Amino acid sequence: MGWKNKQLSKSLWVFHVSGSPCNNCDIEILDLLTPKYDVERLGIKLVGSVRHADVMLVTGVINRKIAPKIKKLYSQAPKPIFVVSIGTCTPSASVFKQSYNRVDNPEDVIPIDMYVPGCPPKPEAMIEAVAKLIGVLNE
Amino acid sequence: MIGKNLFYLFIFPGLLFTGVVGLIIGWVDRKVSARFQFRVGPPVFQNFYDIFKLLGKEVIIVKDSVKFLFVASPIIAFATLVFISMTIGVSLFFNDGFGGDLLVVMYLMMVYSVMLVLGGSSTGNVYSSIGAGREVKLLLGDELVFIFVCLIPIIKSGYSINFEEILAAQSDGVFGGSISGVIGFLAGLLCIQAKMALKPFDIPEAETEIVEGPLMEYSGPLLAFWKLNHHLMYVAYPFLLIILFFGGFNLVGIGILWAILKYVGIVVLMIILKNTNPRLQIDNALKFFWKILTPIAFTGVILAVLGV
Repeated sequence: MGWKNKQLSKSLWVFHVSGSPCNNCDIEILDLLTPKYDVERLGIKLVGSVRHADVMLVTGVINRKIAPKIKKLYSQAPKPIFVVSIGTCTPSASVFKQSYNRVDNPEDVIPIDMYVPGCPPKPEAMIEAVAKLIGVLNE
Repeated sequence: MIGKNLFYLFIFPGLLFTGVVGLIIGWVDRKVSARFQFRVGPPVFQNFYDIFKLLGKEVIIVKDSVKFLFVASPIIAFATLVFISMTIGVSLFFNDGFGGDLLVVMYLMMVYSVMLVLGGSSTGNVYSSIGAGREVKLLLGDELVFIFVCLIPIIKSGYSINFEEILAAQSDGVFGGSISGVIGFLAGLLCIQAKMALKPFDIPEAETEIVEGPLMEYSGPLLAFWKLNHHLMYVAYPFLLIILFFGGFNLVGIGILWAILKYVGIVVLMIILKNTNPRLQIDNALKFFWKILTPIAFTGVILAVLGV
């Protein structure tokens, strides 16, 4: 809504957080950033520092060891920031459901704006998620 | 008089013109780089979106930082670059005795690097201070070469440091046409590559190892200033090379096409250098500047004194 969100929707800078994943989702995120999919068309860029980020991509089961760090990263980010969880693990913990070590509800750690399910989700699914995020911002 | 100078500073060769041209040339950079990697690349106004988005975000001032330096350094660097582009642009576009001075521009270009060092080392972040340290070392490397490069047109124009006299001395033949001029131009191109922290010399801002170095802790509008500084340099520094070695612009008739060709040609050369070279280590960069480029540039100075 408004001019600010329109600018934001056209240049979403992405920061990648691994919350103890099995690395499949991370590899798919790297695939997303390869020349084949070329998300720079949409203004999306991978940044190395959370201070520059607009979107945090969280992968994996959030376990008790990583939860404070993710919380800290979220608090370090400048504020219009969106959290997109990549993969089935973050909402439902899939095969790690019985694990003693996982956080019961990832929404307790950080507010998650969007879930992209899949094990791992295809890059096309992530692009669709980002397109939906842009649609929400432009409403 | 004051009105005219303010116009120079804020509208035509200064802030507005340089900013808009710089952001569009930044798009050319990203588009050409994308074509090098067989990608499509971003839309034309992508850099405008980036800057406006950053201006609308929250600014975080780091708790452990030296707050004054943290806030002041991007703004002073921005002011410095606007001043550089104004001085260069007025000498290039108008010929009305404004008297742009090469020594002032050389000093101001150093002030920009000093501001990057101060900004990076004020944040209290390890990676930022590594980046600031590397910027100092790179400055030590490229500054001597850059002084030699600037000496060549000074000598060839009969020991004048005034931009307009340098341009007037090139009216019957540009300095880039002589042997010393070619040496000076190539060395100057590499120096500018180092001063702008582009690919073979992007050691201070290495994104994959020290996460944009000095800019790491900046966010929101302050980061927008740093990004804008980079785009302003894309205009000011090629313009400086055009003044020193290619005889400025002749903005009548076909001359406009030549002017655009000169500028875009230099920028595309920089982009090709950027996309075909991997990043050097800091010691290799210093070796390259001190052992290879400094003797070459000094040879250029001697050739200029001999009149070749």
